[in-house]
Amino acid sequence: MTSWEYAPAPESREIARLRPSYRMFVGGEFVEGTGEPLKTVNPATEEVLAEVSTASASDVDKAVATARKAQEKVWGRMPGAERAKYIFRIARMIAERGRELAVLESLDNGKPIRESRDVDIPTASAHFFYHAGWADKLDYAGYGPDPQPLGVAGQVIPWNFPLLMASWKIAPALACGNTVVLKPAETTPLTALVLAEIIQQADLPPGVVNILPGAGDVGSTLVNHPGVDKVAFTGSTEVGKSIQSSLAGTGKKLTLELGGKAANIVFDDAPLDQAVEGIVNGIFFNQGHVCCAGSRLLVSESIADELLATLHQRVSTLRVGDPLDKNTDVGAINSGMQLAKIRELVAAGDAEGAERWTSPCPLPERGFFFAPTVFANVSQSMRIAREEIFGPVLSVLTFRTPDEAVAKANNTPYGLSAGIWTEKGSRILWMADRMRAGVVWANTFNRFDPTAPFGGYQESGFGREGGRTGLEAYLNV
Amino acid sequence: MSEVRLTVAKTYKLYLGGAFPRSESGRSYPVTDQAGAFLANAAQASRKDARDAVVAARKAFGGWSGATAYNRGQVLYRVAELLEGRRDQFIAEVSASEGLKPAVAKSTVDAAIDRWVWYAGWTDKIATVFGAANPVAGPYFSFSVPEPTGVVAVFAPQSSSLLGLVSVLAPVIASGNTCVVVAGEDRPLPAITLSEVLATSDVPGGVVNILTGRTAELAPWLASHADVNALDLGGVAAANRVELEKAAAGTVKRVLRVPVEEPDWTQAPGTGRLRALLETKTVWHPMGA
Repeated sequence: MTSWEYAPAPESREIARLRPSYRMFVGGEFVEGTGEPLKTVNPATEEVLAEVSTASASDVDKAVATARKAQEKVWGRMPGAERAKYIFRIARMIAERGRELAVLESLDNGKPIRESRDVDIPTASAHFFYHAGWADKLDYAGYGPDPQPLGVAGQVIPWNFPLLMASWKIAPALACGNTVVLKPAETTPLTALVLAEIIQQADLPPGVVNILPGAGDVGSTLVNHPGVDKVAFTGSTEVGKSIQSSLAGTGKKLTLELGGKAANIVFDDAPLDQAVEGIVNGIFFNQGHVCCAGSRLLVSESIADELLATLHQRVSTLRVGDPLDKNTDVGAINSGMQLAKIRELVAAGDAEGAERWTSPCPLPERGFFFAPTVFANVSQSMRIAREEIFGPVLSVLTFRTPDEAVAKANNTPYGLSAGIWTEKGSRILWMADRMRAGVVWANTFNRFDPTAPFGGYQESGFGREGGRTGLEAYLNV
Repeated sequence: MSEVRLTVAKTYKLYLGGAFPRSESGRSYPVTDQAGAFLANAAQASRKDARDAVVAARKAFGGWSGATAYNRGQVLYRVAELLEGRRDQFIAEVSASEGLKPAVAKSTVDAAIDRWVWYAGWTDKIATVFGAANPVAGPYFSFSVPEPTGVVAVFAPQSSSLLGLVSVLAPVIASGNTCVVVAGEDRPLPAITLSEVLATSDVPGGVVNILTGRTAELAPWLASHADVNALDLGGVAAANRVELEKAAAGTVKRVLRVPVEEPDWTQAPGTGRLRALLETKTVWHPMGA
């Protein structure tokens, strides 16, 4: 067979309009933070991209006070139809600067340009567009007449989908009449600050959205600030628990979107090639840095050998490397810290006796990269079957009956997502009904849409983002 | 033959897994009316009883959450029917427990009966009202359905021994959750009599488990129990709620947003309590020929 080599097809980093320094956004202005500036790194090269000012506790005070004033004097009083038009503007401007944002996202995060271009940025714009329409229709959302906003929302987001997570948080908050203080992740602050620029260009009243870069301490100061009425957090279950605990007794409304250990369940009648594509998308999309990643493959014992062989072959073809190359399938691990965590869990998988297979793909010499890895003969008690790895590592378990598949799928304190692969319709619905998970993908995986509520059961958090259901998190109902 | 017949007094026990056991601890505590006169001894549930109740509630969850909404509606309506049949008994017990005048006790019991009817009618509306067909931008069929959260620990109101209890209990089980209820500490008797109604209304054993005893003693065990999914701390003293909410965070329990002061239970309930104990599940499937 002829082997066709890919020629490099890189996006130009010039498109990102990268600047040497970025400042935080408070009261409609870009201002110098009084925290220690951070340096954000391109995980694919380990080079510093830019210096970013961070917030101190007093900056958090100022931002919350500004947001409060904007909520009470301007945004909370504004007719919904006017709020809507601002939010529509933001949606349009994100789309207009889509290519710039995509390149910047890939530079700062390490994700393949194909994904930032086709998923992150368009979905971010779509979230604003969808929620804009709700702003003057809240009376029809099913929470009674004239539902009221909560006030100031303190929001803390992760590094895996930086701009998309900012949009998931900001858009519904604004639509419902709240103002926002948002802290982007320490390692990926850049696109949120370009979003701030867009918000400024859209002429959103000063103080309605404030963006404070920084590390976990800034997030902690923000969520515990007495001037914040509503807290929304997406991130690890560990941090989510500590936030829930620290908010005990404060009466602040809280929503948490936390970790997961999703089962992707393949029955013996599943179309194998399609299932393999779904498994690959489920675990290697965004380097596996996805809270709802299909990180536990549950496969019917009778087809396990055949499926594993096909899977290995398919995964071998995944191209790992330069995130800006349009041919890249798997980009860089977001940070050295995350790479160390993945390595540690993979070592645990080896030590506990799972059978490791690693893609023979070449890896770049510099940067944080990890070759796609599949563990077979995994048992439920192993760490790689229980703990969220948040990397391109798949654990394969087998089952014999549908009941066993259900029991194994649900045998986790998490409950964010699940996948089902079978040609039998009645079995899909039977399985979907039994999954204790907030999102069930049948014969597909990792689909997201602003109209479709997303969120977890159990220790994957509470509250939903998206859809009519998602508005509840930002209304006093 | 004596002219005056001695009445047969009832032994008030726990309601656990569909049965009426005493506390495994062998403890009981005296319950008095508002004037201080002795009414009965109530079982003083222990940590072990609370854990047994969680086990019973978890065991019942699959069947109850899997029952059709129509079936759950009929069962809840049956509770109202049987409550109506024992109306006089409840009026007497509520009156004794809460020190209410007869007319107020009557209207309170009537409101409690009507509240079961309201929630009985909700069971098969929940998915329609809170679910959705999601118009996603792609060739997929996507829908969202509300599902029950799981096992709920309910600390019943301390003042309103029947109407308050029904107002917090009925929305929990209407959507398919199962629960462990800690009855109001000083006014537990109507709760136990209600459990007799539940036991004969086709509510499957374990769906509702009612403990009587010291709220402050039982609360930490339920708030930290890993197989409890949600907490209603309404019946817990405000000063004790912070620690329990912290304990709840250990397993990311849903904690209902309830007011510090007991609300006026005669007001229309709204949907807040129903919604607070629902999880939304979104299902996707591709469309194609």
